[in-house]
Amino acid sequence: MLKTAPSQTAVLSPQKQLQVRKRWLTAALMSAPFVLIYLLFLIYPSLRVIVLSFTNSDLTGNGHGVGLANYTKLFREPTFWAALKGTAYFILLTVVPNTLVGLGLALLIMRLKRLRNLVMAAFFLPFVLPVSVVTLIWNWVLDSNFGLFNTLTGSTVAWFQDPVWAMPAVALVTIWWTVGFNVLLFIAGLQNIPPDIYEAAALDGAYGFRMFRSITWPNLWPVTSLILLLQLIAQFKIFDQVYLLTGGGPFDKTLVLLLYSYREGFQQQHGGYASAIGVVLMVIILVASGIQNRVLNRGAR
Amino acid sequence: MTATTTPLPRTTKPPPSLGVRLARMWGALITGLTLLLAAAWFFPIYWAVITSVKPEPDTITAPPTLWPKTFDLSSYTYIFQNSPIVRWYANSVITTLIITFLVLLFSMLCAYALSQIDFRGRRWLYFLILAGFMIPFQASLIPLFIFINKLGLVNNFMGLIVPQLAAPVAVIIYKQFFDQVPPELGDAARIDGASEWRVLFGIFLPLNWSITLSLGIVTFIGAWNNFLWPFIVMNDTAKLTIPVGITQVQSAYGVAYAKSMATAVTAAIPTVFAYLIFQRRVTEGVMATAGLK
Repeated sequence: MLKTAPSQTAVLSPQKQLQVRKRWLTAALMSAPFVLIYLLFLIYPSLRVIVLSFTNSDLTGNGHGVGLANYTKLFREPTFWAALKGTAYFILLTVVPNTLVGLGLALLIMRLKRLRNLVMAAFFLPFVLPVSVVTLIWNWVLDSNFGLFNTLTGSTVAWFQDPVWAMPAVALVTIWWTVGFNVLLFIAGLQNIPPDIYEAAALDGAYGFRMFRSITWPNLWPVTSLILLLQLIAQFKIFDQVYLLTGGGPFDKTLVLLLYSYREGFQQQHGGYASAIGVVLMVIILVASGIQNRVLNRGAR
Repeated sequence: MTATTTPLPRTTKPPPSLGVRLARMWGALITGLTLLLAAAWFFPIYWAVITSVKPEPDTITAPPTLWPKTFDLSSYTYIFQNSPIVRWYANSVITTLIITFLVLLFSMLCAYALSQIDFRGRRWLYFLILAGFMIPFQASLIPLFIFINKLGLVNNFMGLIVPQLAAPVAVIIYKQFFDQVPPELGDAARIDGASEWRVLFGIFLPLNWSITLSLGIVTFIGAWNNFLWPFIVMNDTAKLTIPVGITQVQSAYGVAYAKSMATAVTAAIPTVFAYLIFQRRVTEGVMATAGLK
């Protein structure tokens, strides 16, 4: 016999009602600390930045509406295009190279047996350093007069002051600093490939590059796309290394969007204009995140 | 012969064929290359440490010496005496520990409610948190600063700490882990009259110590290394955190790389040790936050 379950949404006894209310109160108390902070310090500012971008506010938030003036000025301003170009160039120099280097290193590390942890640590260690430590170290290694690199190679390039080399140098530092993260994710991905696929392929006579192309690479693609998109989003937000190594110079050759927004907002007190740059940045990142979600969901299916 | 099986004649192993030998040589070569690459990758860190224990004039000799002729810790004593580095260190230790503790506590509480308590608005709240996952706080730096300023929290440790607690990723990870706990465990305790708080701290937290520790260490490293927000919100020299502080002193030394590297090494010690001691936890935490677990 089927027991007819009492409908829960229908009439509730006063006792049940009290229970529901108590449950709701507990849930509210538990989520309140996080939710309040989250709404006040993440959601509210990211809605507020849109409003501010239509004003000529300074850094105290005082100002009045100016319509689209910030945006029309932005798109006419060569410095904005320089910052956008700088961001794009930095992304070009880091996202794919950092992913490929990470993959290469992961494949090399997977071969090792005894020394694996030690080698992994050598590549991952830079990732746990504060950015200012990383930039101090590289300022020293690439110092034009006494730096290790120039002393050993006889080069006289002032890496972070050179219009041609500044951005590649910042990209190199970034790859050195962050590749360990990619190596880690690639190793996790490689370990997830079932070994019997390799055995079956070996029986079919595949080896070497053939094995990589038809087994490893397709099985690794979900992780690879995850890494590419995580990188992409992270590198749009580039600020720290550029600010500390080059300050955006020489001649704005290494200027990026967030640094431009920082300059306009915190150094020039142009809060509204800086907010417009922030909105552009946010739109770009949300679009990239949207693509990421799509790709990841497809990967999970 | 009485033996039913004839033992194989003992011979030395046949010499490996040319192909096998070539493959082995190739393998050794690749291993050697890997080790060389690892050494090259680690070298800048080694170089920083070595420079910091050289006497200042020895740092700019040509050719550079890979090992100090004389060990000299005077750069460390100098920076401790002539910069607020100890103060910055204390600021970093205190704020980082508070951030780590509160991120874990608040995220755990919120995730528990989302995972275990059936309340109205639950789905809606979870979607809101998932959405925040994609929002870059860097884009709204100006309104965040204005808001913190209006609250009177610029140059205040509250202003430094509180915005860093809005980390939806920890909530999402905790919720995933809490969802995996068999519901019978919690129900049994509830029938015995335990409150939700007791169920969380008595059952769910102990069952998830491992991810708590991993998240804790990753949060600690992240908070210690955070640059942008402390840099924006703290202007008072005495209130800087160490990653921001050390960028202020380099110009004061002029070209003084031993001292510069001494500050770098000092600032990096906690995260490097946290990594070396908890290597497995760090990798687990990193993978969880990257969405791989």
